Amino acid sequence: MLTEFLYLYRGGDSPTSPAEGQQVMQQWMAWMKDLGEKGYLKAVGSPLEKTGKLVSGKTKAVSDGPFAEAKDLIGGYTLVQAKDIDDAVAASLGCPIFLAGGAVEVRPILQMNM
Amino acid sequence: MDPALQAAAEAQPNELDPQLFRHESGRMVIALTRLFGTHNLALAEDVVQDAFCRAIEVWKFRGVPANPSAWLMATAKHRALDLLRRERTARTYAPELTRWLESEWTLVPSIQEVFGPHAIQDDELRMMFSCCHPRLPEPVQVALILNILCGFSVGEVAAAFLTTRAAMEKRIARGKKTLAASKRLFELASAAADLEGRLPAVHRALYLLFNEGYHGASEQTAVRTELCREAMRLTALLLAHPLAATPATHALGALMCLNAARLPTRLDAAGNLKPLAEQDRARWDAALVREGQRLLNLGATGTQLAEYHVEAAIAFLHASAPSNAATDWPAIIALYDTLLSLRPSASPSPVVALNRAIAIAQHQGPERGLEEIAAIADPARLRTYPFYFAALGELELSSGRPALARRHLQAAVSLARNAAERHFLKHRLAVCEAGRHPS
Repeated sequence: MLTEFLYLYRGGDSPTSPAEGQQVMQQWMAWMKDLGEKGYLKAVGSPLEKTGKLVSGKTKAVSDGPFAEAKDLIGGYTLVQAKDIDDAVAASLGCPIFLAGGAVEVRPILQMNM
Repeated sequence: MDPALQAAAEAQPNELDPQLFRHESGRMVIALTRLFGTHNLALAEDVVQDAFCRAIEVWKFRGVPANPSAWLMATAKHRALDLLRRERTARTYAPELTRWLESEWTLVPSIQEVFGPHAIQDDELRMMFSCCHPRLPEPVQVALILNILCGFSVGEVAAAFLTTRAAMEKRIARGKKTLAASKRLFELASAAADLEGRLPAVHRALYLLFNEGYHGASEQTAVRTELCREAMRLTALLLAHPLAATPATHALGALMCLNAARLPTRLDAAGNLKPLAEQDRARWDAALVREGQRLLNLGATGTQLAEYHVEAAIAFLHASAPSNAATDWPAIIALYDTLLSLRPSASPSPVVALNRAIAIAQHQGPERGLEEIAAIADPARLRTYPFYFAALGELELSSGRPALARRHLQAAVSLARNAAERHFLKHRLAVCEAGRHPS
């Protein structure tokens, strides 16, 4: 029985030149392809804009983003399936975000066992 | 499977031209600079950087679309349009376009126009001439070309020239300040005389760029091949323009092709320099030799003999010789004589004179070569050139004076400018020492 996990990509430096950017992009594409071939990938997911609004509190106050320090900002997400959390963590280790000093947050999707 | 997943699976990350982003970045910065004016170069760079960051983020997940260049251009166009609408009156833009950018009626067509493929190619050429401003020293011109036209970051240009990032930053900033002063890109059409006047500087900058890749300081083979390739790409742009495609431009293109044909064998499998005599001629690029010959023939018109003609002719004799022994050395020596006579007599190039002496040694023996080296007019300028001492060492060794040869080769090793040269010269020294103490 496979469990679903969400990869949340946090932080990571932007590339400093077009050539580096192309390299980074190709590393990501190769990694995503690898996740797919190994049967982990459920949905590629999407990148997120760096801006947005935060709606909060009982007053539903609306304020401008960003909502975190740049190093903690969520830049995108991917849905994967894995045997367990250790397997999901192991599959994340090839993510190119680590080369840019970023992080992957691995969160199990909450399941109801009936 | 969701469609994005399908796209990601089908995308072929390895089939993308590895220089695509770099080239597109250069072209987009130039198109936007034409629009914004050279005084807003930094703004153009920001817009392009932004377009790239967005494309990279999306393509990471979705894969690269079938025509990435068109997507990048469209993104940059949108950002430019946004910016011009928002800041129409907050800044001044390119003087010749200002009135077209002021009205919504002409704004969109003007942007379409500068992003058209022919317009961009013309603007690349204009930017090349802008970068070769007579007030800028040659190293600044070359750095600007790499940064703006070739899409190298300041850090990458610094790495190619083995300078610090800070020093390169200063050099490029100085160049951009000069560009900003004129506000607009160099005019190609309306002032043909100006084009002719600045063309030699453009030739020289591209020649230096090519040589930096061919002989230069950077130890990374990939970087060096890149520099040669960029110089050839930009020379091809000159050749495609009727006013810039002069005989000297053809000769420069020929020289680059003929030298580039030998690039695959200049280094052995371990990345060590290999002398011409020992290179595997079967691996020279025959198509480039043919292209070089074609350009050399096309350039053999008019009344002005440029140094590039002579250097290309020498390169052609090397590239077309079946072996080192079967090389037409008398013709090469005669061409070196011509080359020396083209330089103003006050400053004959000692490196050219050295190469001539080496050719004479190949033809008439090492002792004659040594005599010619001894006769070089301004040897002081060669005292820091490792291959001056290397040549002396090799010729002394061939003449049966290994002790003297050893001293020269040691001097050569101590002057080596990078690891590849050091390794090569140490190897020659080892050969010399092995011959002296046979074991």
